[in-house]
Amino acid sequence: MIVALGALLPFDPAVAQDERRPVVVASKPFGESFLLGEMFAQLLEARGVAVRRRLGLGGTEIAFGALRTGAIDVYPEYSGTGLLVILSEPARFDPHAVFDLVAREFGRRFDVRWLPPLGFENTFAIAVRRSTADSLQLRTLSDLARVAARLRGGFTADFHGRPDGLPGLARAYDIRLRETRSLLPAVKYQALAEGGVDVIDGYSTDGLIRRYNLVVLRDDKSFFPPYEAAALARNALARDNPRAIAVLTELSSRLDVERMRALNERVEVAGESIESVARSALADLGLTGAADVSDSAAARRGRDGSLTSYLVERRGQIARMAARHLLLVAVSLAAAIALAVPLGLALERLPRHAEQVIRAVGLLQTIPSIALLAFMLPALGIGVIPALFALFLYSLYPIVRNTYSGVRTADPAAVAAATALGMTGRQVLRYVRLPLAAPVIMAGIRTAGVIAVGTATLAAFIGAGGLGDPIVAGLALSDTRMILSGALPAAALALVVDGVLALAERAATPRR
Amino acid sequence: MSAPAAALAADAVTKRYGDVTVLDRVSVVVPRGTCVAIVGESGSGKTTLLRMFNRLVEPNEGSVQVHGRDVAALDGVVLRRTIGYVPQDGGLLPHWSVQRNAELVPWLKHDASRAELAREALALAGLDPARFSARLPSELSGGQRQRVAIARALAAHPDIVLMDEPFGALDAITRGELQETYVALRARLEVTTLLVTHDLREARRLADRVVVMRAGRVEQDAAMPELIAHPASPYVAELLRQALDHEAPRAS
Repeated sequence: MIVALGALLPFDPAVAQDERRPVVVASKPFGESFLLGEMFAQLLEARGVAVRRRLGLGGTEIAFGALRTGAIDVYPEYSGTGLLVILSEPARFDPHAVFDLVAREFGRRFDVRWLPPLGFENTFAIAVRRSTADSLQLRTLSDLARVAARLRGGFTADFHGRPDGLPGLARAYDIRLRETRSLLPAVKYQALAEGGVDVIDGYSTDGLIRRYNLVVLRDDKSFFPPYEAAALARNALARDNPRAIAVLTELSSRLDVERMRALNERVEVAGESIESVARSALADLGLTGAADVSDSAAARRGRDGSLTSYLVERRGQIARMAARHLLLVAVSLAAAIALAVPLGLALERLPRHAEQVIRAVGLLQTIPSIALLAFMLPALGIGVIPALFALFLYSLYPIVRNTYSGVRTADPAAVAAATALGMTGRQVLRYVRLPLAAPVIMAGIRTAGVIAVGTATLAAFIGAGGLGDPIVAGLALSDTRMILSGALPAAALALVVDGVLALAERAATPRR
Repeated sequence: MSAPAAALAADAVTKRYGDVTVLDRVSVVVPRGTCVAIVGESGSGKTTLLRMFNRLVEPNEGSVQVHGRDVAALDGVVLRRTIGYVPQDGGLLPHWSVQRNAELVPWLKHDASRAELAREALALAGLDPARFSARLPSELSGGQRQRVAIARALAAHPDIVLMDEPFGALDAITRGELQETYVALRARLEVTTLLVTHDLREARRLADRVVVMRAGRVEQDAAMPELIAHPASPYVAELLRQALDHEAPRAS
């Protein structure tokens, strides 16, 4: 276990107050954020600043939390999100006023600064199929309100919940859809194109809006506040490494909405890799030298070719991610066994408190992983440690539960006779209850192990690597093959872990 | 007076669980070397009384003595290792071999000769150690399992054995065989036995004296011939009639 930890930890060096410490560049888990984060990283590298990437952190809470605690140094954010989601202020509509407000408040409250805006706004875009727009004469959101009762909406969970999302929109325009459902960004467009839903939320800079030939309805009542994109950085970065701030500011006012939409389209529609799109974008802006042609040609192969060849091509990378995934599972499971089995045995000696304790452990299971990671962020930051800790917590319940019920229900007649013949409580536990409960305990460990393989994909949300990385990135980019390149090995890994633990279970079963 | 004559004695013991009185001022004496049977229906308190002698149950009132010493002053675990115990269902450790089961008490007492003691006890209980010692309980018949339980109770040479419905779960023929084995055993060993049973005929066969219990009280405490001759209550008379009635036609 110590060896395993040693193998994981070099990815997570202690935060040193060294000026040459790499600048940690992060992003949120959607295409444009990935792309902007990668552009920040490449530009810094081109100027000789060392960089570590933490792209695809699991949402605003985690990315911003990581920034506040110093686990990351910079990530792309939008002024409207800062205003509404982070500051919880009411919506305002003058872009300059919004930017001034968030710039002032973030500095005052969080010691975080907004670098000058990148030059484009990305706001929510309510979109319908062109055929729907034509047949129902839809141009604006007010038009939509008129016919909403006949239409079905499909929105991201995020949009369903935020004040500047569906609740506010429905109120502002009196839009009452026939029904709405929560959809992942990756399936939203396809659901709309195939007629599963009629209205979706997108981003104004989305590459997919054009690909699916959608009509964006005009926000004629100016409901959506402005979302100016900008780099959000720790003030500490400006103190420790003012050069990094200067480099990042080179991008300010350089990206207009047309350029951004075209870049997003290359990523989301043409399936070019983030790295090559970022590289050519920086070159086109004259910020770096011309991109290596052969390199971008290789990347431009896009999404053609079979899944098999895709997987074979990336086998080395997949093997590395799988190994890391397995290591995360093994270390957290070993720690969970080390705590949960003794705890289950101790509870057998304290049956009065057992059910409460086990129920409390079970409650941990009900905490959504993103919430748990966000909650632990101030104490544990991001990276491997919180991922291990979260997996450890999720693994406890099945092991404690099975250990306790295994020893509790072990052959009552044998337990009674052993006691009556002079075994102490400890001896009964060690020589009777524990061996008889071993298969039940092993079954609990097996359950925990298989669940952990699935849950370990959450590590991607906090930059801890593993097979979750291609799943999160693939979902963000609507790239099915990329998703499968994480999901298929993860499923195979679950089967392997289940098989190995099944053998261990059989070995632990006493002949009787 | 030298060593007390009673190996086991309960003196006006009362046991209550909440509002339910399970034993109500019960007194029983088991003289050294004898077998006393406690007979009664389920719920009469007979098993609770038995479990007081090895401190698995503590009385609320009254005292319990083993060889004249109040058990409240003895360590329960140490006490139990000196008293044999045979439960109804054998209670063998299912993951241990016959040999290891029979060695249990000598092993708990760190007795180096535990293997010989176990083999000796298995032979006494009617099982050939060479044939059976390596087997697991699941590979034995019910009667054989009960023989292992008897061997386990006797292996450390206790001078007291507590038996709680030891043959109750066996078929009539096997029960008869085991009763015979135990009678023969008692003839060879100097052992005091407290036997709990609901079967008056078993009591008649194995015990020197019978204590009839009903609802937590002693109904009658007498040798079997006296019990038959002078039942102390209609209940005892009815119990005798039910147990021995179908023998009557043959007898008369």
